[in-house]
Parts: sequence; structure tokens; C-alpha cells
Amino acid sequence: MTASKKKAAAGRALMSGNEAIARGAYECGVRFGSGYPGTPSTEILEEFARYEGVYAEWSPNEKVALEVGIGAALAGARALVTMKHVGVNVAADPLFTVSYTGTNGALVIVSADDPSLHSSQNEQDNRNYAKFAKIPMLEPADSEEARRFVKLAFELSERFDTPVFLRSVTRVSHSKSVVTPEEPVPVEDRTAITFNAAKYVMVPFNARVRRVEVEKRTQALREFAETFPENRMEMNDPEVGVITAGMCYHYTKAAFPNFSYLKLGLVHPLPEGLIREFAQKVKKLYVIEEMDPFFEEQIRALGIPVIGKEIFPYTGEFDPGVIESAISGPRLSGVAACPVPIPPRPPNLCPGCPHRGLFHVLNRLKVFVTGDIGCYTLSFMKPLEGLHSCICMGASIGMAHGMSKALGEKGRGKIVGVIGDSTFLHSGITPLMNLAYNRGDAVIVICDNRTTAMTGMQEHPGTGYTLQGARAKAVDLLALIPALGIESVRVVDPYDLKATRTVLREELNRPGPSVVISQRACVLFKRGAEAARKPLRVDPDTCIGCRTCVGLGCPAIAWRSFEGMSPEQVKKNAKKQDGMAAIDGTLCNGCTVCQQLCKVGAIVEEE
Amino acid sequence: MKSDVKSILMAGVGGQGVLRASDILCQVMMDSGLDVKKSEVHGMAQRGGCVTSHVRYGRKVHSPLAKKGDVEVLLAFEKLETLRYLDYLRPGGVVIINDEELNPPAVNLGAADYPDSVISIVRERFPSVTVVNAPELADRAGNRRTANTVLLGVLAKFLKIDGKQWEKGIRESFPPKVAEANWKAFELGRNA
Repeated sequence: MTASKKKAAAGRALMSGNEAIARGAYECGVRFGSGYPGTPSTEILEEFARYEGVYAEWSPNEKVALEVGIGAALAGARALVTMKHVGVNVAADPLFTVSYTGTNGALVIVSADDPSLHSSQNEQDNRNYAKFAKIPMLEPADSEEARRFVKLAFELSERFDTPVFLRSVTRVSHSKSVVTPEEPVPVEDRTAITFNAAKYVMVPFNARVRRVEVEKRTQALREFAETFPENRMEMNDPEVGVITAGMCYHYTKAAFPNFSYLKLGLVHPLPEGLIREFAQKVKKLYVIEEMDPFFEEQIRALGIPVIGKEIFPYTGEFDPGVIESAISGPRLSGVAACPVPIPPRPPNLCPGCPHRGLFHVLNRLKVFVTGDIGCYTLSFMKPLEGLHSCICMGASIGMAHGMSKALGEKGRGKIVGVIGDSTFLHSGITPLMNLAYNRGDAVIVICDNRTTAMTGMQEHPGTGYTLQGARAKAVDLLALIPALGIESVRVVDPYDLKATRTVLREELNRPGPSVVISQRACVLFKRGAEAARKPLRVDPDTCIGCRTCVGLGCPAIAWRSFEGMSPEQVKKNAKKQDGMAAIDGTLCNGCTVCQQLCKVGAIVEEE
Repeated sequence: MKSDVKSILMAGVGGQGVLRASDILCQVMMDSGLDVKKSEVHGMAQRGGCVTSHVRYGRKVHSPLAKKGDVEVLLAFEKLETLRYLDYLRPGGVVIINDEELNPPAVNLGAADYPDSVISIVRERFPSVTVVNAPELADRAGNRRTANTVLLGVLAKFLKIDGKQWEKGIRESFPPKVAEANWKAFELGRNA
């Protein structure tokens, strides 16, 4: 059951940080939300969208989502905009200037950072954006704080006429803790059209004036920070003090409950007076923060000596153990190391995943495949090895174009860019237009699985549905792509290896840019499901142990070595055969990709 | 000031119901009046990778993550995963192992071996090791998908939580159609 459906009257509820952010926004009267899915932020908007009377949308990318939020705020609404840390990069253009215009209504941007890169391409510390764009930032430490802080963020936005960041990290967004929900406040409609060109038309003439306002606002926020109750001193042992924020507060508290703490709820701008006061009260002062020395550098600049990154890691997520061993030295006793090698268990494409057949073909074509962000990025790994770069959403197309231009003749027929359907609509259209306009020579494959699969089946402008389940206009790729100037657009079914190979070969041989849409719904996507196919099995009397099917890396296909088998189990059908393949019928969905590859016809339908 | 907070680590493979089981456990603990936090990572981990859930409970819990060498109970939904997180256990900690093997890709490809001595390695190091065949007990409960609930039942033997709280928590966590099978699965686990 989702938190939005649970009775708030129950008093206490267990919520993830993401559920709590949605709850807090709903409680304080927010009824407008936009965002783009991205781990660990996705569930905020999904959860928010389920509350009554709310408008929430998946925008095609984070820049659009923020602009939608800015527009709603300009119309007087309280708008919530959600994205993962790298999404803020996409939204950075409007971000830096909405800081100048201010918000009229209220605007809170949630940035969900991912220390340790659990599900991201980098580990950027988005507290830097707050300082860079001159926008205040709050950082909750758990779900209850997430619920309360989002309300404070909206209050700050209204009081100081500024966009406000709410920063979460994976461990806040995706951990659950006890929350005490409150009754939502009555919603009053404050929307109206108001004209104020001097404030909202950021031409140099006006922006120079607003630029000064931003500095005044930051000064006012600095003063506010000194007495903000969520910048909280907890005096215990005066020997050791810790300045920290967010989840690191809890990690440190768990390891060192008796230290004194200055826990910062507002991580930008910093309360200089409060920091000086705390520093004077304690003998030894640690600054404990994941990733960048964001507080540390600013505190050192105040002339206060601290212990920070000389003992705490710059990279990766902390936990109580990391902090304890940094301060007290590594604890060796009691940790039982495993004496045998443990085979890793990396994430993998699902059995029946439509990407598998496509990337097998791409690997065999010996082309360079520029990649993008999606489940299919996993196909860089053995055994598929069908993808050779991954930078960010939309990058595959621009990079394929750049490679083809740099390589010239050497690159003819050898460059493929792959992109998902959601990522194509996120940021693939402009580079595709460029590929046509500047006449690059690459084949772009849109891996169209009819949904945003990696983050858990979110709608996008191509699916025909909105976040809140309404029917929508679906983007017609076959009309859009030729309109961008791409003359050859073809659709293939990646379950059909022969057709996929033939079409890709033909398009690679054709000079100039072309697009191949590899179209089949994600196997986990219920709406796209077709009638169940019969699982396959390996006939032991036919299998010659060539391992071709095993080379697909399908979780349903296993290699069974003859070594250790009883003699009656061993069925040798070829001279040097040392084992055979086996298919797990409970995992196989009958996609037939392995069957098409088997040269001896050993893969057959289960009876 | 000695903390009363204890940690349970659940480890398994995507699709085994680790997260659902830890959700139920936390709900039951909260309803029993405890403070509780749990933590896991979603996203890429759903694609057949390892899934872990840290559950920490007591009067006042700070960190949702346990530290290595400090976990009270390791509940492994898959045999091999026991070894991967062994260093999280405190000396003398409790180990519960579902006797089910799910091959990692390298084993499927024939590039690595599935360790054949998991249970003896664990027994050599920890005094309390319970091995159950959860899928088999789930079949007996009438629904193979209740294997995660079977394991919760085994875990319940090591926790001081009222049986009525468990029954309420489990029945309320599932649609009526499968609630009975899950409660049966829990009891089979608890009596295993």
C-alpha cells in the first residue's frame, strides 16, 4: 500500500523519504508537481500524483519540468519539481536565471543525489548548485524531516521570493522510517495572471537590477540561517564537536552518541555566527559530509580549524562504520571475512528482454556503438559487449555524429548510436536533427520498449498516457523523424534476429544518416504484454555444447559442465563436447532468440 | 550510554521478495511500539542483481544502515548471498539460510563456480545457523510465492515480537486471496 492511501489518522506511518516528501508537499497545500523520472527521485512524483486534487506530470526532461514549475509559480501556484542529481544539469539553464526572477508563487526543486553511484553515471554533489545558482537549500536527514522540510522549503520560497532546493540522497529517499503525518491545510487558490516585466523579462537591463536583488536576498537568508531552528546545536561532551547535515548526522550519532553536534538543516547559505559559536564551545571540531568538502571549505575560510577530508573519504556513501573507523581507527575484531571467492551478481537484462537480441546483433556487426542511459547500457558487459560508451541521456546521437565526422571514410558503416524511447524524447530529438542537418553518417537505433523501463515503467510522451493515467497524444516517431530530415526510418522486431541483422546491415551500407526503431515492449511492462509464449528447453540428445546460446547472457540459460555429472546424465553429441546448455523453464518467456541462434536445433518448445 | 538498537540484514536476489518481507517486518515492529528504520537501494538492483535490506530497531534508531561486524541476524534468501554479507554479522550472530541456489551470470557462463561449501563455512564461524528450504515450505502453504513469508516465520523465532502482531501484520500486507496462504507459510517457517 502506498503512503498516500494509508490513513493519516493512524498517527504513525512508515514512509520512505520520497513518500514523505510527497506527503509534506500535499499537507502544505501544494497541488502542482512536475519532474522527470530518475533514481533515486522517481517515487516522489509518482506518490504525489496519487493524492486527491493534485496535478502532476512527467515532463519529457528536467529542463522542461523546471520550466513548467517556473510557469506555475509565476501564475501564483506552489510548484514542486523533482529530479535526480544529474537531472539538475539538464535543468541548469532555467535554474540559474529563475534565481534572478524569483518565484511569485512558490517553487521547490528536489535534487536527489546518489552518493556511491548506486544507479547513476556520476557522483556529483548538488550542494554546489545551491551556492553556484545562489538558491537556498534544505537537507533532511530522514523521512520525518523530509516531510517537515519540504513545508519549510515552500515557506522560505514564499517569504524570500526565491526558488528553494530540497536535497535528498539515496539513503534518505530510499530508506523508510517512522513519520507522523499531519492533516493537510485547506488549499486556497492564489493563482492569477500578473504582469511584471521588470521582474520576469531577464534582458540585461532588467537582469542587472535583479542580480543585485539576489545578493540582498542571500544576505537576508544568511541572517535567517542564524536563528533558523533546524540549524540545531546539541551540546553533549564539549571535547568533541561535529558539524554535519542530512543522513551523515544519523550515521555519526549512531557511532558517537555523546559528541556535541551542530546539525545544519539549511545547508546553503551557512550560519557563520552559529558556526563560530559552536566552534568556541568544543575543543576538537569535525566536519562530516559525504562527497565534496562543501561545509569544510567554507568553515576553513572563516578561519576555524577543523578536521575533515584528511580523515573522511571524498568518495562514496558513508555509514556508521566508515565514520567510526575514520575517527577511531579501523576495527578489526569480530569481522568474519569469507574464505572462498564469491561470484559477483551484477544487474542483468531480464529473460526475454528485447534489448538482448539487438545487442547480440550489434556485437556481431563489429561496429562502434555509442550508448545512452537505460537498461540497455548493461549490454556493455560480457557476454553481450554490444555497447561502447555511455555519458548521459541523449549523448549517443551527438557522439555518433561527432565520431562519424572525425573518422570520415574510416568510419563509414561502422558507427551506431543507440538510445531508448524515453531518452530519445528526453534529449535525442535535437542531436538527431543535427545529424540530419550537418549530414553525419551513422545509424541511430531507438530501442523502443514502449515505456521508461529502468526506473520502473513511467509514462512518457510516446506512450499515449500521462502520469495520472489519462489518455494522451502519443508522439508519432514515424512522422517526427522524417520531419527532422532523416530520410530512412525503419522498424524492426528485435526478437527477429535475421530481420534485425539485415536491416542494420542495409542501413549501415547506406551513405548518410538513418534511424532504425527496434520496437518491442519491455517484458516487465504489463500494458505491453502479448499472449504468453511457451517456455523453451534444451534437448540433451541434440545439444553439441557449443555455448552459442550461453553467449546471450540470458538468466534463464545455464551451462552444465559434464564434470561432476553422473555418467547416465552425460549426453555427448559432439567430439570435444564438455557440457551442455540448460534452460530454466520458470524463467524463460519463449522469446526464441536463443532458438534462432542454435545451429543444431537443440532448443525446442517445452511439451 | 549504551544503545539498544539491533540490526537485521536481509540479502537475496531481485525478484525474491526481500523488500516486501522487510516492509512487513518493519510494520510489525512499528506496531509493536518500536522505532524502526530500513534501507535498501532500488533501481539497477532490480535487474537480477543482489538486493539487501537493512532493518534496525530499538527505542531510538539513528542510522538506517548497519555497520559491518554489528548485525544480529543475517537472513539470506539465497544460499550464496550468505557469504557475500558474512562480514556484517557480529560474533555470535544468528544466520538463517534459504537452501536455494540461484546462479550468478558468471556461474551460468561456466566462468566461475558456485561455492559448494556455503553452509559448512558459515557453521564453522557462527554458532546459530538455521537452514530451511523455503520454496518447499511455500509449496506446502499452497503458493510458491510465499517463500519470503516462510523466511519471516523463521526469523520470528529469534525476535521477541508478539504472535498476534505478526498475524495482523501479515494478513494486512496481502490481498485477501493470498493472505491465508501467507499466514500458513509464516507458521510453517516459525515451526520449521
